Amino acid sequence: MNADTIVEYVAAILMVTGGIMSVVSAIGIIRLPDVYTRSHAATKSSTLAVLLSLLGAFLYFWAVDRFISVRLLLGIIFVFLTAPVAGHVIIRAAHRSGVRLADISQGDELEEAKEARKEKEAKRKPEKENESRSDG
Amino acid sequence: MVKILMLISLVLFSFTILIAVYRIIKGPSKPDRVIALDMIGVNLLASIAVVSCILLTKAFMEVILILGILSFIGTIAFSKYIERGIIVERRHNR
Repeated sequence: MNADTIVEYVAAILMVTGGIMSVVSAIGIIRLPDVYTRSHAATKSSTLAVLLSLLGAFLYFWAVDRFISVRLLLGIIFVFLTAPVAGHVIIRAAHRSGVRLADISQGDELEEAKEARKEKEAKRKPEKENESRSDG
Repeated sequence: MVKILMLISLVLFSFTILIAVYRIIKGPSKPDRVIALDMIGVNLLASIAVVSCILLTKAFMEVILILGILSFIGTIAFSKYIERGIIVERRHNR
């Protein structure tokens, strides 16, 4: 058993670990009650699964062919950068379009912060109008 | 043995894609469906990497990159549509 065989086995075990993490995220996306918690399952563990399996493919090609695939490394970096951004953007869109939280959630701090900011702006506007009136 | 492990991981990824399809059909709101679509794209990318290891070919590397970029852009466009009801804004008078 030489070193290349060991690296091949390590790559295959990385791929299987990625598959298991992907099934964990599938269980999360089918069991959790809410779009926000579901995005927590879908973005984090799915990203980990993809990173593990792409790293396994990279190691396998290096062990079999002595081929360092720059495109695979670029894919790893791209997925690692863009998957959390996509999850954040889609959840912000969900909250702004008014998707309700699950009934068991404890509170919505983003909604409270939005309302406090709206009240502050509504309080500030009449003062400005008064100032401009007194100037005129 | 290595090939059997790769086939096992391929089966696990396709199981995840099946469950995401269920969430797309059933999902109560629009962002649920978009999240499941993003998840399908990401898992398809991983399974393409495993398939290219099984077949020992380097022809699918571009497919991995292009699929990642298309999935990201699709998610961004869908979220902008859900948030504002329009994707490409013509006027810039903010």
